Amino acid sequence: MDFTLDEEQEALRDAVRGLLKGYDPSVDAERRRQVTAEDPGYDESLWGRLAEMGLLGLPFAEADGGMGAGPIEVAIVCEEIGRVLAPEPYVASVVLAGGLVAELGTDEQRSDILGALASGESVLAYAEGETAEPVIQGARADMIVWDVDGEVFVGPRPGGARGYRTYDGGRAARLELDRSAVTPLGKGGDASEVVALVTARARIAACHEALGAMDTALRMTTSYLTTRKQFGVTLNRFQALTFRAADLYTALELTRSMVTWATLVAAESGDPDEIRTASARAALQTARAGRLIGQEAIQLHGGIGMTAEYAVGHYTSRLTAINHWLCDPREQVGVLSAALTDHTVLDPLA
Amino acid sequence: MRLRLNDEETAFREEMRTFFTTEVPQEIRDGIAAGRHIGKDEYVETMRILNAAGLAVPNWPVEWGGRDWTPLQRHIWHEEMQLASVPPPLAFNANMVGPVIANFGSQELKERFLPPTANLDIWWAQGFSEPNAGSDLASLTTRATRDGDDWIVNGQKTWTTLGQHADWIFCLVRTDPSAERKQAGISFLLFPMNSPGVTLRPIELIDGGHEVNEVFFDDVRVPGDLLVGEVNQGWSYAKFLLGNERVGVAPVGATKRSLAQLKHHADELGRLEDPFVAARFVELENELLALELTALRVVAHSADGKPHPASSVLKLKGTELQQAVSELAVDLAGPLSLASGSSSVPEWAALATPTYLNLRKASIYGGSNEIQRQIIAGTILGL
Repeated sequence: MDFTLDEEQEALRDAVRGLLKGYDPSVDAERRRQVTAEDPGYDESLWGRLAEMGLLGLPFAEADGGMGAGPIEVAIVCEEIGRVLAPEPYVASVVLAGGLVAELGTDEQRSDILGALASGESVLAYAEGETAEPVIQGARADMIVWDVDGEVFVGPRPGGARGYRTYDGGRAARLELDRSAVTPLGKGGDASEVVALVTARARIAACHEALGAMDTALRMTTSYLTTRKQFGVTLNRFQALTFRAADLYTALELTRSMVTWATLVAAESGDPDEIRTASARAALQTARAGRLIGQEAIQLHGGIGMTAEYAVGHYTSRLTAINHWLCDPREQVGVLSAALTDHTVLDPLA
Repeated sequence: MRLRLNDEETAFREEMRTFFTTEVPQEIRDGIAAGRHIGKDEYVETMRILNAAGLAVPNWPVEWGGRDWTPLQRHIWHEEMQLASVPPPLAFNANMVGPVIANFGSQELKERFLPPTANLDIWWAQGFSEPNAGSDLASLTTRATRDGDDWIVNGQKTWTTLGQHADWIFCLVRTDPSAERKQAGISFLLFPMNSPGVTLRPIELIDGGHEVNEVFFDDVRVPGDLLVGEVNQGWSYAKFLLGNERVGVAPVGATKRSLAQLKHHADELGRLEDPFVAARFVELENELLALELTALRVVAHSADGKPHPASSVLKLKGTELQQAVSELAVDLAGPLSLASGSSSVPEWAALATPTYLNLRKASIYGGSNEIQRQIIAGTILGL
């Protein structure tokens, strides 16, 4: 049992961190505001640099234009993205939509679609249902991967899709499936098991994005407590505030443990059910901690935390988005309730 | 990064599991599993079985019965013991006075005390807290004054857990009242509970049980060679001891076992069909898993046996979850829980509320949870 990154993984983390450094809204909130004010809501040039670093093809086979990396490497990238609240649709486009193509696509589909995704030429979106909403980056994506009750299709973005801004600075759209314009991904038919597995991997990746965001939100908060003065002293002189920060740290560390564990399950387990359950556990923990840390980060800042000019509230907003997109706690509690009598005690090392 | 135990670790776990479930008498384990208070004899019998197998004091130096285990092995030993409902080695002996004597005591003290301490031939009591020295332990006022080679002890200790069984007590006493810092001027003394001038008075707790005591010292004469280490250095030994206390203070395995038993009772009653009840089990199992994984992370990164600062997280969250499971038991038992004196309702329902009340202590002892928050805020977050 070992929860530490190896040298190559550390190098990857440092490289991604270096690339995203200039985008950190806890240092300069204005840049992200500008980027998210204009369509498509993220920085296309940064997307291009993510492609150059090989990150957009990270989890895909080398034969398909990817890097052949696993869940741990994806987790590292997502955590760094979350840390600076990068609005680039990495989890939605690469891990989820791309993941479905990688698992289900024919040789030709994988080569074409993933090749274009990895090189940054083409953005993918994932749409659930014949009428899908909200489809993240649905109005910008070049190709849409459709999941219609477990049957998966792929096709170009339908014409006339109208996008809108989501509260977290992202973009989404409502899309209508035109069956004449799509082709089955791979051999077609029911692929709900694969969809569940890929969604679980994307859920774990989203947990890492949230983890990075929570980490920054707490760091900003503790930094604020040691600099902001009221009543002639810095706020860290008030135990009512520092104790709450201690609770946030506790929530963050528990979440880090759980999310890291889920990633290792995804990396090591050959059993899709195990990965699904682990993703539900990580998501439930992430959702609970994300809500707590998001709320308290604003409260401990006071009024400044409410303003769009200051970054911490954006972290809360993004954490809320992740919590209800892939990590929705009601859904996870449902999944885990159904499995409650499968075990006497949970054994994370078994 | 790697999740699974390697073959050696898996074999070790199997060995522990087999030992605990076959070598410790079933009646004793049943008592612990049912949540009953067990008596002195059961503690002594178990600790001697463990000691004979080299499993009572693995954290001690090897020459005194310790095992040269990795932190992970020690974690596995502790978890498997709890999962098997084995009463743990008496903390006052195994985690407190033993390591202090082994690390700071003279060769003579080690030879005299360590073997009987490991074997629970001596039952130790902890003489730390006083009526006016709780979280602020260093303000203790029990005094020891010189009389020739001896010390004369006067004062009072309180919250002395299971002191009614104790043969000896280890005490923090003030030996230099004029020291500038209150932490200086404290020494670490050992003496028999049956010394003239020692009086023990039980404190009844809200669950009706007798677990803790007050101990009064009236001119208790203690030979000078029963002072551990150096005079006036007792505070550093106490800090060392409290650091050990905090490690393993998150009873993950025991809480998992309690929750599993409760789940079994709820299932038998058909209560898991109620989504509200099921959701509470789900949330608690999940939080316990996150805690266990955090404990494993701390174990993996604790160097040279020193407690990781994150061990405060384990104490804080571990006791909260322990209490939360006891709360769920009360809620599941509902009105039946009022029948705590009855022998006709299921035992778990009768014990639910006394246990819940008893466990309010968990967030107070071992460094109250407020002290843990203070440590996290100060040491880790720099606030």
